Amino acid sequence: MPVALEIVSPEKLLVARDVDMVVIPASEGDIGVLPEHSPMIVLLRGGEVILYEGEQIAARYFVTGGFAEITGERCTVLADIAEPSSSLNRADGERDLQSAMADLREAERAGDVAAASAATDRVQVAQAIVDIAGQG
Amino acid sequence: MPSLKPLRNRINSVKSTQKITSAMKMVAASKLRRAQAHAEAAQPYADRMSRMLRALAASMAAQSGNEAPLLMAGNPRNRTHLVVVITADRGLAGGFNSNASRTARALVRRLEGEGKTVKLLTVGRKGRDYFRREYADRMVDTPEAGVRKRPEFADAEAVSQRIQQLLASGEVDAVTLVYNHFAGVMSQVPTELQLVPLAMEDAKVDPNEAPYEFEPDEDEILARLLPRALGVQIYRAMLDSEAGFYAAQMTAMDAATRNAGDMIKRLTLTYNRARQANITSELIEIISGAEAV
Repeated sequence: MPVALEIVSPEKLLVARDVDMVVIPASEGDIGVLPEHSPMIVLLRGGEVILYEGEQIAARYFVTGGFAEITGERCTVLADIAEPSSSLNRADGERDLQSAMADLREAERAGDVAAASAATDRVQVAQAIVDIAGQG
Repeated sequence: MPSLKPLRNRINSVKSTQKITSAMKMVAASKLRRAQAHAEAAQPYADRMSRMLRALAASMAAQSGNEAPLLMAGNPRNRTHLVVVITADRGLAGGFNSNASRTARALVRRLEGEGKTVKLLTVGRKGRDYFRREYADRMVDTPEAGVRKRPEFADAEAVSQRIQQLLASGEVDAVTLVYNHFAGVMSQVPTELQLVPLAMEDAKVDPNEAPYEFEPDEDEILARLLPRALGVQIYRAMLDSEAGFYAAQMTAMDAATRNAGDMIKRLTLTYNRARQANITSELIEIISGAEAV
């Protein structure tokens, strides 16, 4: 019995297919979802959703954060932004990383907690892009 | 003897107007198809999100004592009401923009009749122009709807962030959205949608279903999910309104093309009558001239 995976962004439904296992980047560590997983709702960080068919990786998608709903039969990923990992570009990631770091330092100096936490999230997402694009 | 030249000019000018309106109609029809496709594509995210929200709300309700966040419950003193109006940036769409604006105006009147303070946020240029004179002192922000390009989620997010600011600073206590719902090509229905406090169908939990686990925890997920949900509702309304706009424009331009056709027919008739009258009177002149000789 497979897991019915859906990856949805606000603009459209990206992926709707059955997979044997999917690994999602939850905020507190990756979660591997197999059929009959206990129901969960989790927050996501920037990272890769990896689809498995059998032992093989069938596809990888990069998400910049969002939410996932897991039940025994399905896994729904509500991504803020989602795209195939292959379309990531290391140079773009590094540029984002630089600007996010700069914003973070700026926010810390100004003591703006909300801005600093937003910038921290951006740093994390950009770092993930650099890491993933660097492998390929 | 009426001169024929002005009539001929008139006919030609109506003909070129007709060409323009029929071209606009066809453009609107193709844009409508695209707008409908976008609205449909955005549907799954909204559906999944409300499913998740229901699960969260049910879980929050189960453990009492938790204070619901501002975005969900609004501010209980409920004194200042924010009315968000979505219209198009452009006109030539029949009553599309004024219908939404009028509905919003009626809502403002009603709320003020109940003794509340009302603030206005208009998305789209036509709505801004409508309210600028009468309600200038109540306007807080007037972003453009971006009808020239299609609305993107980022546009909706910007509006949502503005609303969150206003809520957080205590400037507004409740939020209602007014927009044209696309109910079909011939009908766009001005609709009021309550954004804050969040209107939700009853959070029923299936007792057979195992309860969800939350990671990190309910509060934190809710704190992230609610702003998203607000943005999604606004985004859907913007897409809905966009599809409605093109439908209204198509209908209006279709009517205009038909009117122009009727007018051309009438003018041509007058033109031919005048021409015949001219010929007849010339003939009479020639004949009576010949008889006189």
